[in-house]
Amino acid sequence: MENYIAKTNLELAIETKNLEVIYGDHQVVFDSSLEFPRHKITAIIGASGSGKSTYLRSLNRMHDKTVTVNGQIVYRGVDINQPSVNAYEVRKQIGMVFQRPNPFAKSIRNNLVFPLKENGITDKRVLDERVEESLKEAALWDEVKDDLNKSALELSGGQQQRLCIARALALRPDILLMDEPASALDPISTEKVEATMRKLRRNYTIIIVTHNMQQASRVSDFTTFFHQGRVVEFAPTQELFQTPRVKMTEDYISGNFG
Amino acid sequence: MNAKRNDHLATGIIYALVGIVVIILFGLIGYILVSGVPHLSWHFLTSPSKSFAAGGGIRDQLFNSVYLLVLTLLISFPLALGAGIYLSEYAPDNWLTSLMRTAIEVLSSLPSVVVGLFAYLVFVIQFQIGFSILAGAIALTFFNLPLLTRNIETSLSSVPNLQREAGIALGLSSWKTITGIILPAAVPGILTGVILSAGRVFGEAAALIYTAGQSAPALNYANWNIFDTNSFLNPFRPAETLAVHIWKVNAEGIVPDIDVVSNGTAAVLIIVILAFNLSARYVGNRLYRRLTSSK
Repeated sequence: MENYIAKTNLELAIETKNLEVIYGDHQVVFDSSLEFPRHKITAIIGASGSGKSTYLRSLNRMHDKTVTVNGQIVYRGVDINQPSVNAYEVRKQIGMVFQRPNPFAKSIRNNLVFPLKENGITDKRVLDERVEESLKEAALWDEVKDDLNKSALELSGGQQQRLCIARALALRPDILLMDEPASALDPISTEKVEATMRKLRRNYTIIIVTHNMQQASRVSDFTTFFHQGRVVEFAPTQELFQTPRVKMTEDYISGNFG
Repeated sequence: MNAKRNDHLATGIIYALVGIVVIILFGLIGYILVSGVPHLSWHFLTSPSKSFAAGGGIRDQLFNSVYLLVLTLLISFPLALGAGIYLSEYAPDNWLTSLMRTAIEVLSSLPSVVVGLFAYLVFVIQFQIGFSILAGAIALTFFNLPLLTRNIETSLSSVPNLQREAGIALGLSSWKTITGIILPAAVPGILTGVILSAGRVFGEAAALIYTAGQSAPALNYANWNIFDTNSFLNPFRPAETLAVHIWKVNAEGIVPDIDVVSNGTAAVLIIVILAFNLSARYVGNRLYRRLTSSK
């Protein structure tokens, strides 16, 4: 299949080499080699069933025990797609936000404190700092600072999603994977989540899977287009949307998809 | 027939059916309470039962029922919790797992007399535990296990998978995710199961006749040495419960005030179950709120 992968001279956060994902005897992702620049937002677009979410989830080893992932995932010079690499440590470095908000049935504060405590942080002062910093980073602090002991389930959908972002950030990850983080939200909440992402770019590498091409063009620096489990194109976002190199990409973004 | 009429008709039928259920339930409970409550007195609740003379109470039977429930739950809840967690979170989807599920279902539909006789032969006779609270608690565990296991499994499974993914994605182990996130969220469902099974334990008679026995030896409530035969805490003593007492008084009682004793006992049984139900719900709600900080 024809494809085009732009070369960047930027420092990389993570890259995959010939990655393939197989469910039983059904292969979902084929031979995908991609490089994700550090402290940039890269969007993964593609139709339903194109394997983009599956690809994303393999990056922090969410697939362990359920599917087979072949190929390399290189993070800080190490191939983390090996059984000898501790997947729990990987997930602390590579956080994840899901399609639907999934706060724990705990207070707002404990949503952040519980994973921190389980990861060995028990000093109350440090915990309080992390809670405040993370909620500020996720642009939720001003809305919840007066009732941190309220149940997270009482927040609105958009607030819950920002809480989930804050929860992921509280572990101080390096990379944040987002699997269609705004698809269950209304436009106003979506705008808030996007604004949060733009702010986070300064300190984090973000890889976001999205159905929404406007969203990809609004927030991302780079975009990659997946089709039927393969990488079709990877380029700076503006280039990909204005001058796509591959016919299939052009068809998809212009809506002429058969 | 138009949609509106259909709807009225269906609603009417549903109300009628609900009405029948409510009438039966309230009729039964009302009858038991009306015929039993007038016989209740402080004396009835706090004096031991009598074999021949009138005026016996149910002090020991009342305590035995509660003690038996506590013992049964102490044995069956940890077992059911472990099995439920395994079935819901760890069990692979294969023939062995479905065989286990089937076995659990079969166990839950065994007649209580059969379970009672089995426990009698194995524990009372073979293991020489004798007629005792412990043998009764083990027999009741056989009833309780399938119900509780099933209930805990269902409660855990109904917590959305998104919660598990969230835990895993934060670098938590499966075990931490289960104990810290899934289990607290499942508390209300698990509690309902415990309450239902407790009602069954309180009301069970057939299985206890052969295991916990039909006699209520005099108890000394000041004796805390669980190895003394007259200590109220001794799990190796025979212990007649409220339900067994009702059966025994009616079947072979020779006291002159059979009606008074059995009606009064039945009323106490209902009230105790109700009280346990309400207090378990109260405690459970508080526990849930503490674990999840919801209002």
